[in-house]
Amino acid sequence: METGATYPRIDWLGVDGLLVRFAERLSEPANRAALALRHAIERECWPGVEETSTALVSTFLRFDALGTDAAALRGKLTELLDSRDWTTADLPEGRRLWRVPAVFGTDLAPQLDEAAARAGLSPDAAINQIAGTRLRVQTIGFAPGQPYLGELPEAWDIPRQTDLTPRVPVGALCVAIRQMTLFSVSTPTGWRHVAQTALRLFRPDAETPFLLRPGDEVQFEPVPREAYDKLTAEGPDGGATPEPIG
Amino acid sequence: MSLTLMIRRAGPGLTVQDQGRTGTLAFGLSRGGAADRLALYEGAALLGQSADLAALEMAGTGGTFVATGAVRIALTGAPMHAAIDGRPVAWNACHALPDGAELTIGAAKQGVYGYLHLAGGIAADPVLGARGTHLAAGIGAALKAGDALPLGPDAGGETGLSLPADDRFEGGTLRVLRGPQTGLFAQEELDRLEATTFTRDARGNRMGVRLAHEGAGFSSEAGLSVLSDIVVPGDVQIGGDGAPMILLAECQTTGGYPRIGTVLPADMPRAAQTPPGGKLRLRFIDREEALTAERSAAEARASLAARRTRLVRDPAEMRDLLSYDLISGVSDGSDPET
Repeated sequence: METGATYPRIDWLGVDGLLVRFAERLSEPANRAALALRHAIERECWPGVEETSTALVSTFLRFDALGTDAAALRGKLTELLDSRDWTTADLPEGRRLWRVPAVFGTDLAPQLDEAAARAGLSPDAAINQIAGTRLRVQTIGFAPGQPYLGELPEAWDIPRQTDLTPRVPVGALCVAIRQMTLFSVSTPTGWRHVAQTALRLFRPDAETPFLLRPGDEVQFEPVPREAYDKLTAEGPDGGATPEPIG
Repeated sequence: MSLTLMIRRAGPGLTVQDQGRTGTLAFGLSRGGAADRLALYEGAALLGQSADLAALEMAGTGGTFVATGAVRIALTGAPMHAAIDGRPVAWNACHALPDGAELTIGAAKQGVYGYLHLAGGIAADPVLGARGTHLAAGIGAALKAGDALPLGPDAGGETGLSLPADDRFEGGTLRVLRGPQTGLFAQEELDRLEATTFTRDARGNRMGVRLAHEGAGFSSEAGLSVLSDIVVPGDVQIGGDGAPMILLAECQTTGGYPRIGTVLPADMPRAAQTPPGGKLRLRFIDREEALTAERSAAEARASLAARRTRLVRDPAEMRDLLSYDLISGVSDGSDPET
């Protein structure tokens, strides 16, 4: 079992991958570290590295398994990892704050009341807490352009549902374990659907196919049910507006 | 003149596929591409062209196709019933499809994914650097009757060649590497995994295939609260019901279910092609054995062109034997493509 493991740690993932994990649990410093290490690996341009990515607290690199000396690559990665304390790294540059209109509850987002009850809040208090929190994009993953957003106040440490919702629509804002996600595709989920936006995060044919970047911040602005059709008609931004941070 | 492939009838799982996309993992978009990538190399070897060209992937059953001009085709992957204007044609082989002739491809006899390759490849516009349909991401869509696909220019080459049949369509043993979360499972669970004969469940698609087995599900107490982390194709995910699921080309990029190991890329064609009801075993190997296996798979891909043999027609199938010109179309060996 993994108890007693020390972090950061490097592991092989498949025959052609290396995974660096900074923590067992989600934390702000570990999330910063994962983003900063990926950025540093990209800058190194090591031959044989084909792709890099991050999850919440880990950095991944995929290499050409047959054309690369994997042990030497792991050595270089270890050296880079040991060269500094990544948990004190700055957040990525060029971050933006996105203000995103959202219809909370109603027929569009049927699990607001249930999620609020789980958090021990009235529906109105739940809306105020979510809308009052600036959430950070911790990583993009699961589906194209889809953010893991955190972190909500402690009351929201509610588990995922054991039964999946068969399908939530694109633009669904869902909550679990003090995190939110804004769905970029229509999919089954165990997260509870508390608000609906008209924002399209993945636009395969657009010049910028993926709207959000790790480090960006998002704040949801409650709008009435009647406003939804107008937001949808406005196009893929659904009334969302970005502004530079810092 | 550029040619078009017209789809007159389409099975439910007909998509354009290629090697998929790289560089989009960090944006949540998995590589995707052909479920059985080896089939792309087989088709390329038969037609004497690049394995990066796009082909048609047919899940379970094919369709009916007509081209707006003569075109060379190859059929690979899961063997399916195929005929040109009603005359059966061999699988794992390349053929001439005459102008206006009707190619019909039926149900798979073994395996899951059959492939129809066209000389010059399918020349649909690339999206994010590739032509492969990614159903889960909503890039492209399953093809339907009435759709038409543009074809690239054929550099020229032979027809009437075949490759030896492969054995990846009826299950077998998949080699698995330990991964970052293997340690979440007790050794007894890993031993039990290796000792179990699994049945490929009916539940499966381009994202993954579920394995069913008799007896208790696999479990890991620590795995219940594991943080979402990077997922790669080949990962063997242990779901909430304790059943392993092998993640395929179109899997999600991160996930919260624990992964007990990762199937070797060299064994992924077998994993994808094992049909519902097929038997699978999982066997842990070390990195050294994995690299040896990957090397020999790469060598086998590179030697496909050398393993082509001339297709011998069965005279019993040639109802109109006398109408065949038995000379034309047979290479004299000076063909620059060979």
